[in-house]
Amino acid sequence: MSIAGQPGITPATIIRPPTGWAALRLAELWEYRELLYFLTKRELQIRYKQSVVGVSWAVLQPVLLAFIFTVFFGVLAEIPSDGHPYALFAMAGLVPWLFVSQTVAQSAGSLVGDANLLTKVYFPRLVIPLAKALALLVDLVIALGVLLAVALLYGEMPGPETLAMPVFLILGLVTGVGLGILLAAANVQYRDIGLVTPLLIQVWLFATPVIYPGSLVTGDWQYLFALNPMVAVVEGVRWCVFGDSAPDPLAVGISATVALGLLALGIGYFRRTELFFADIV
Amino acid sequence: MTRDIAVRAEDVGKLYRLGELTGGYKLLSEQLAEGLRSFGRRRSRREEFWALRDISFEVERGETFGIIGHNGAGKSTLLKILSRVTPPTEGQVQLNGRVGALLEVGTGFHQELTGRDNVYLNGAILGMTRADIERKFDEIVEFAEVERFIDTPVKRYSSGMQLRLAFSVAAHLEPEILVIDEVLSVGDLAFQEKCLGRMETVAGEGRTVLFVSHNLTAVSTLCPRAMLLQSGAKVAEGRTEDVVEAYVRSVVRETGTLLTERDDRQGTGKLRFTEVLFEAGGRVVDSPATGDDFEIVLRYETADGKPIRNVSFAVQVLTLLGDVILHLYTRTAGVQVPEAPGVGEVRCFVPRCPLPPGQYAVTLWADQGGDPVDWIQRACELTVREGDFYGSGQTQLPSHLSVLVDHRWTVAAADGTAAAEGGVTGARSA
Repeated sequence: MSIAGQPGITPATIIRPPTGWAALRLAELWEYRELLYFLTKRELQIRYKQSVVGVSWAVLQPVLLAFIFTVFFGVLAEIPSDGHPYALFAMAGLVPWLFVSQTVAQSAGSLVGDANLLTKVYFPRLVIPLAKALALLVDLVIALGVLLAVALLYGEMPGPETLAMPVFLILGLVTGVGLGILLAAANVQYRDIGLVTPLLIQVWLFATPVIYPGSLVTGDWQYLFALNPMVAVVEGVRWCVFGDSAPDPLAVGISATVALGLLALGIGYFRRTELFFADIV
Repeated sequence: MTRDIAVRAEDVGKLYRLGELTGGYKLLSEQLAEGLRSFGRRRSRREEFWALRDISFEVERGETFGIIGHNGAGKSTLLKILSRVTPPTEGQVQLNGRVGALLEVGTGFHQELTGRDNVYLNGAILGMTRADIERKFDEIVEFAEVERFIDTPVKRYSSGMQLRLAFSVAAHLEPEILVIDEVLSVGDLAFQEKCLGRMETVAGEGRTVLFVSHNLTAVSTLCPRAMLLQSGAKVAEGRTEDVVEAYVRSVVRETGTLLTERDDRQGTGKLRFTEVLFEAGGRVVDSPATGDDFEIVLRYETADGKPIRNVSFAVQVLTLLGDVILHLYTRTAGVQVPEAPGVGEVRCFVPRCPLPPGQYAVTLWADQGGDPVDWIQRACELTVREGDFYGSGQTQLPSHLSVLVDHRWTVAAADGTAAAEGGVTGARSA
């Protein structure tokens, strides 16, 4: 870094009143990648330092929930599972669901939680919710390992369709980040968003085929159903695990379009409002 | 000749709505209800005010520029604009070079993380690269004097240790333009001096420094040029001595010494203070110096213009934070005032002003047999200039003193043979 500074080499920054829609400024986000790295590291360190069970939290959560779901929904309520063992069926749905819903929940509260940073230092505000999503990706990788182990236990061997799993997980990431940053920005201005988010996630769980199979929704209804991008994510991951009943391409297309639309809306709204976070948070 | 400009601000202004200052967020449910109620009606204009208006200045590369002003003058708003935390409402700022802001110490420290992790995290937040931090890590830790505890979570640190570590990270930033807010009031005295030294080094390295403070001594020491903000406007710019003088003058003029308009007073009102001023050496002064004899002069009149019986007067000198430093009261001084004239003047003589340089508030009080007659809290401000209290030629005093007293030192061997002796007992009056 030049300390003496030579004119023409050091970049000039112009600070002006904001006008209209802000640019995406992705290059700037890239410049701050190290901050993103350290914030993500902070998330992981705090999470695993503070809980008694440490890293096993990422393992326990899907396993425990899958067990409870199996007892209540599989055994007692006899909810169908497309002929698959309910425990594995539930877990294949829970792993992507937990990842996305936690991304949304943690992102939504992230800006308000780091208000002291927002009011003191400049950096692209997107790194705060993105750090939450990245830290949860680490949990997801661990949870996928557990899912694989349970699948092998039930005799489900990975097939060629398993290779498609990253596509569905990325779709889940897009959905989670899109909705997460939208709620995070809105939460700065309207503090009751934080109260509404858990309720929204509850409702969303029932609109997503985690407990029940997506095959319950048939005919043209499935295209309406697919407006919830999580339908394609959960059904896609299940397909990768069990290898039968590939998801309808049109339905996946609808889900993907909604997910990308949500991400565009999220980024747009975030970029438009982020300049004023420090004034109102 | 073209000058090499590092910072150029042109007509910068920032408009706040009043709600935004006290936390601008709302509830969506409230907003919706409001929207329904006022449907079809014009929205009421909320109260707005300019925290900053028409601010223009230029700072050359390598210059150390001071920004001074009272609390609420717009200093921190200007800083937030320069460090890009908040955008201006109008005007523009051009920054030629990477900007690092040293705004508040400890921003982003996490209690659960170790000192080491916090150094990296904090450095990244302040805009340092990982390579920068790695290169300076040992230096940072050594400067903060926390080597032994660097792998301990900072929640086990004392608050002083946390402050030192946080300042140390910030002090090792190497941007081309450094924006520094009041950070010198950190930690113990020895550390403060170390910080001041570090700032001088930074300034000496040819970097551009914008230094915001109401520590006039620090500004005068570090900055050859400065500007003065008052109520969001630039009222002076130029040589620091001149600007500091304008600031000191503004303190008196701004608070006003006429008290007839004050309605935030308590007491029966049988007597009312009309004016307060300070005199030294027989002249009215804006600000007496530390160590100078001075007089506090209170003018008053009674409600009916007739003499008033059995009255006592008091003057309190407080820090701006509200700690009472001096309580001067006729009754505790054993002074009886059986009858005071209807219109008159009360003088309180203070030999060798024991207050260190700084700003103080003055509260006035009068009572009749213990019942308050007139009581004006913070009737005016008192600014004490730098002066030679001890008559020793040492005018530089450590900050955060409350009061100066005469004292005497002896250093001797165990058998009583004096090795050194000296004192400042009444040095100047003797």
